[in-house]
Amino acid sequence: MYVLEMRGIKKQFPGVKALDNAQLLLRPGTVHALMGENGAGKSTLMKCLFGIYQKDEGEILLNGKPVSFENPRQALDNGVSMVHQELNQVLERSVLDNIWLGRFPMRGMIVDDKKMLLETESIFEQFKIKINPQQKIGSLSVSERQMIEIAKAVSCNARIIVLDEPTSSLTESEVEHLFSIIKALRQQGVAVIYISHKMDEIFSIADEVTVMRDGHWIMTSQVTDITRDQLISSMVGRDFSSMFPPKKNKPSDEILLKVRNLTGVYQPTVRDVSFDLYKGEILGVSGLVGSRRTEMVETIFGYRKLKHGEIYINGHLLKEHTPRESIAHGLGLVTEERRATGIFPLMDIQFNAMIANIDNYCKFGLVNYKKSTKDTKWVIDALSVKTPSQRAAIANLSGGNQQKVILGRWLLTSPKVLLLDEPTRGIDVGAKYEIYQLMIDLASKGNAIIFISSEMPELLGVTDRILVMSNGRMAGIVNTAETDQEELLRLAAKYI
Amino acid sequence: MSEIDTANGELKKKISAFLLKNALYLVMFFLLAIIVMVQPSFLKFQNFYFIVTQSSSRIILALGIASIIVLGYTDLSLGRSVGMAAIVSSSLLQAVNYSQKIFPHLPQLPIVVPILLVMLLCSIFMVAQALIVSKLKVAPFIASLGFQLIIYGLQSIYIDRLNDSSPIGGLDPKFSKFAQGAIEFDNFRIPYLIIYALIASIIIWFIWNKTKLGRNMYAIGGNIEAATVSGVNVVLNILAIYIIAGMMYGFGGALEGARTGSVTNMLGQGYELDAIAACVVGGVSMRGGVGTVPGVVTGVLLFQIINYGLVFIGVNPYVQFIVKGMIIVLAVAIDSQKYVKRR
Repeated sequence: MYVLEMRGIKKQFPGVKALDNAQLLLRPGTVHALMGENGAGKSTLMKCLFGIYQKDEGEILLNGKPVSFENPRQALDNGVSMVHQELNQVLERSVLDNIWLGRFPMRGMIVDDKKMLLETESIFEQFKIKINPQQKIGSLSVSERQMIEIAKAVSCNARIIVLDEPTSSLTESEVEHLFSIIKALRQQGVAVIYISHKMDEIFSIADEVTVMRDGHWIMTSQVTDITRDQLISSMVGRDFSSMFPPKKNKPSDEILLKVRNLTGVYQPTVRDVSFDLYKGEILGVSGLVGSRRTEMVETIFGYRKLKHGEIYINGHLLKEHTPRESIAHGLGLVTEERRATGIFPLMDIQFNAMIANIDNYCKFGLVNYKKSTKDTKWVIDALSVKTPSQRAAIANLSGGNQQKVILGRWLLTSPKVLLLDEPTRGIDVGAKYEIYQLMIDLASKGNAIIFISSEMPELLGVTDRILVMSNGRMAGIVNTAETDQEELLRLAAKYI
Repeated sequence: MSEIDTANGELKKKISAFLLKNALYLVMFFLLAIIVMVQPSFLKFQNFYFIVTQSSSRIILALGIASIIVLGYTDLSLGRSVGMAAIVSSSLLQAVNYSQKIFPHLPQLPIVVPILLVMLLCSIFMVAQALIVSKLKVAPFIASLGFQLIIYGLQSIYIDRLNDSSPIGGLDPKFSKFAQGAIEFDNFRIPYLIIYALIASIIIWFIWNKTKLGRNMYAIGGNIEAATVSGVNVVLNILAIYIIAGMMYGFGGALEGARTGSVTNMLGQGYELDAIAACVVGGVSMRGGVGTVPGVVTGVLLFQIINYGLVFIGVNPYVQFIVKGMIIVLAVAIDSQKYVKRR
């Protein structure tokens, strides 16, 4: 009946109960969505299955037999494979080596390169993947690398495949491509566990859905028997009448940020981007992967080298183009890669909250901890950060709470203009709502916000105007009230 | 106009990429050119023959440590391991008629026995290190820093108790021949040393490129997480690489003992730094996951050519240190440039 049964799974980390009575029942030949806010324990549950973590309590039955994998090797040997959220690849090696790592076909003592190549080519052909298997994987784009990981999981002949947010870096057509692969697998009787935050995807690909919250199993249902609102409310544990808070900010005609002919030096970069950002405005930035939205805000912030162009903040022309100068004039940047360029993972909340503003807390080079403790308390209260204390390492918080601390860090610098690069990526619905609310509150207090996002509904729901990037150039700026997804997509393809 | 600009830019990019890729070789070539200009006789075949012979045991040692560097680790215990192997092997292989024999009643052993023994001995120490590094997650720099002290202490006690700290000499002529001998042709001889280095290079090349162990080594060095989740037994592979390195150290140590003919507990001191430097110069990245056998061999040879060349033209030995130091820093700086993201 079930190919996999996980019941009563408990897992404790120091100070955190990550899983408490988690459950997942998987039928063969189905796509089973696993949903929940960040920190709900989805990835932890899957890591317990895959042998990366060891469960403390509970039972895992694979084809009716109890199993407990001690490492990924055992899981793979038993037909369980997993595509990890963070792409775990050896960048300096070829596509071939990456796909067959851990199970190289052998001819005696020698790795059978010929067999590897032939089998890879046939898998690529089967799934219409057009990548040279002998290329170094580091030279591929993120979405190509994502497809390689999926091909790898498939090539293990696994009966259960776990996909942990596989579409986060794929374009729309690539997502369709992925779905066709998933459908083919389902046809072959493979059971797919699909972790995603994207509602549209769940309703278009999944058969069943299991919702988790705070490490608990909440419910399992056929996708056809449940509505979007029911799903959201079971994830956040409260009713959700709307995805977006009411807009109450009114853009004025006073220009806060003026950008003219912004052009960077090192590729990939932007060319001749010019726009005005008004006081009280939320300006969305849309575009496909590779349209260089991130490069645009990083160039404005002075993190990337400027070739030519002018940036005025409140009428003041920036000269040095360094992050220090930008911060001093009231810019703040929340970067896209929270883990890589946002948090200091092993440092506590207080350190993470004050680091962009450290000069304010120092006198004669000594840190005034009284003041920083007070301000950190403000961040925790104002943004309702869920944490045991100010002294907790930020790495122990969920993604949404980490993001709130980062936002708090910039609020403490009293910025005029906030540049937010995918601030809601990989965080749960509840935290997203709180971040939208915060953006609107800030704008109505007279700040201005640039909001990069790959999810069009949130751009349409929160912003006043939307700037569309296409291949490093500005394809246009539209009024949010007068546009739709089709126009945004059309503009995004303008210079391709 | 702008098209010309772009074309110019492309050309500039290509030139700078070429310079970056070959900067080290260009610098080496430049140094060699200076040496030859000062002393044209440096280009004699005999000099290069001599350099290759001298490089041979270094190649063996460098290939041993190179595998560990490709894993993304490092090893400071190479030098003392070499010393230990030299001391133990030569103490067991003294000539039967030598008056100050350490083990007077020891019969004449076939030389392979002590050589295999010291290879085993070095491997045992490397196994211990590998377990400490992979299981207890001790930084390899620290683990090997500790081990080189432990090994030095043990070998010093050994030589102190048994030989009153005086150099071990009077080696079995067969053992001396093992390092100093050559295959003779009419008027040409190929030293055994070169043959050993060649065989070692072929074996290591085979392991790195053709076996599962080699592929796993590159993967672990390139991204240990990826290797783990792909089902690679990381600990076992690290263990195997360390054992191979230990065997290379043991063999290289026995060779050094036989070559010098008089072994003290100072033998091998600092060899690890020369070996690491040669690897880096040969394009093995200290970040792990990158390196080739021809690269390592070239690195050792280039280093030795410069070394010998500077002596040949009579450069002050202290200046030689400065030149060597600059080459190492330059090598790593160039390597790093490949990974720097320009913003």
